[in-house]
Amino acid sequence: MDTMLPLLQTALELGLMSSLTVLALFLSYSMLNVCDLSTDGCFTLGAAVGAVVAIAGHPFLSLPAAMLAGVLSGFVTALLQTRMGVDSLLAGIIVNTALYSVNIAVMGNSSILNMNKTETVFTKMKELLGGTVFKSQYKLVVIIIAVAAVFVLLRFFLKTRLGLAIRATGNNPAMVRSSSINPAFTTTIGLCVSNSFTALSGCLLAQSQKSVNIDIGTGMVTVALASLLIGRAFVKKRSVSLRMLGAILGAFVFRVVYTVALRLNMPAYMLKLVSSVIVAIAIAGPYIRSQLPLIKRKIAVRRAEKERSL
Amino acid sequence: MLVINDISKTFNPGTVNEKTAISHLSLHVKKGDFISIIGANGAGKSTLFNAIAGTFITDTGSIVLDGEDITMTSEHVRARKIGRLFQDPLLGTAPDMSIEENLALAAGGGGWLSFLSGKEREGLRERVSVLGMGLEDRMQQPVGLLSGGQRQALTLLMATVNPPKLLLLDEHTAALDPGTAAIVLKLTEEIVSREKLTCLMITHNMQSALDLGNRTLMMNQGSIIYDVSGEERKNTTVDDLLAKFKQRSGEALDNDRMLLRPES
Repeated sequence: MDTMLPLLQTALELGLMSSLTVLALFLSYSMLNVCDLSTDGCFTLGAAVGAVVAIAGHPFLSLPAAMLAGVLSGFVTALLQTRMGVDSLLAGIIVNTALYSVNIAVMGNSSILNMNKTETVFTKMKELLGGTVFKSQYKLVVIIIAVAAVFVLLRFFLKTRLGLAIRATGNNPAMVRSSSINPAFTTTIGLCVSNSFTALSGCLLAQSQKSVNIDIGTGMVTVALASLLIGRAFVKKRSVSLRMLGAILGAFVFRVVYTVALRLNMPAYMLKLVSSVIVAIAIAGPYIRSQLPLIKRKIAVRRAEKERSL
Repeated sequence: MLVINDISKTFNPGTVNEKTAISHLSLHVKKGDFISIIGANGAGKSTLFNAIAGTFITDTGSIVLDGEDITMTSEHVRARKIGRLFQDPLLGTAPDMSIEENLALAAGGGGWLSFLSGKEREGLRERVSVLGMGLEDRMQQPVGLLSGGQRQALTLLMATVNPPKLLLLDEHTAALDPGTAAIVLKLTEEIVSREKLTCLMITHNMQSALDLGNRTLMMNQGSIIYDVSGEERKNTTVDDLLAKFKQRSGEALDNDRMLLRPES
């Protein structure tokens, strides 16, 4: 038990940190119906920008700076798909690839940055909580504040007229147009907001582990999608708030399962394979289930034919 | 009110699939007109609506609505003045959002970052109760749970919640069962006459084309081939329409989707 508790705390920290990316995908994938493949690059962008600003001596400024970088990245992705006729998947891939170069440039022509001696929001919180009962939970406190802030922000955002319009854009773009709203506009806003969350997620992860490397975001889109789909299994089709809570819960459950698997001697490099399998099953499952009667019938027909020929 | 001057639209120009959907069409619609439009499949009726609504920009000509030239205006901007219903009841509403949210979007108003106020909620509820379908007690339910007729009635309400300058009805009752279609058609008449809307309605029912409104247009191959109103229209029967079609187009109106006789 003594060894499990810190492990669980780490799982909670990592889960909550990635839950910001899951919430970003909740907005782009579940609400806007856009699979944003620039997520990996944007996550790294947030980590890189946040690290550079923190290293420059602005630990608090690093968060909004990372988010702003995310907004810019989302804006470019949206611009490509709404104004330039680039397919939404391809737009994400293009931006993702471009961000690789951008990220190395941001980190000053280096693929790794060290923040061991850097003041970050985490070290600030550690100082603040020094001597209190929460002194070993300083990471968790920072992350919980961030997740709570994003949750509340997103929840109210989705209730505003703009939020409603964004939800409708993913649901029925024709209806949005006939409500005198330009779907290109709502898609752009949605992607800017979601990418700001993704970047914040990357920024926090980098600062909590005191380093950022160019691969920090690799596979993040699949990990986050897996978490999102796990969360969806918990809440089904309920209210928007519950579905958002489900997304956060999904991120945590994913991390716990992963941590347990690690304890059972699963090598760490399996993370991405596991997340890919989860996403594939979660998306393919309902389809295969819907095809099941057809498959059963085919088998029955084939069996009947065989019997007849005997 | 609506002045369409010599518009044309050719799809896939220069290819084997080239099709002139609208050819040199002109139309003047007066304020308060309720015009029914009939014609065979491929006559260009829906294409005409697409041209008016701005789904595409026409190749030639101009469209002026309420004194404003909208020839080059994009679809969502025109939607401020034009309400539109399609045959498919699924097209007009967002299924995963509640009745209230759908209506709130259609009603607009307020800033982008404003919330729906209690007063607005009450107002929307009142509007829905006019439909007489009991939907006012289901305001928080997702629209996807409603029947086709209920969704079409809701779409009608959404299209007219801010009375548009022009209402385009594209066979909006064709996909409904006859009983529901009659209810939605009656709601349409009530709303159009209450709000004194100018309205164009495509229908496949020749009898209701003559019964409803004050003017009937017949289309063929992208042109208006017959335009009747006033006394002449009052004395026109379905048989007259069929004869006119044969005379003007040189072929018999042969269309298995067209209801030539009123349903008895």
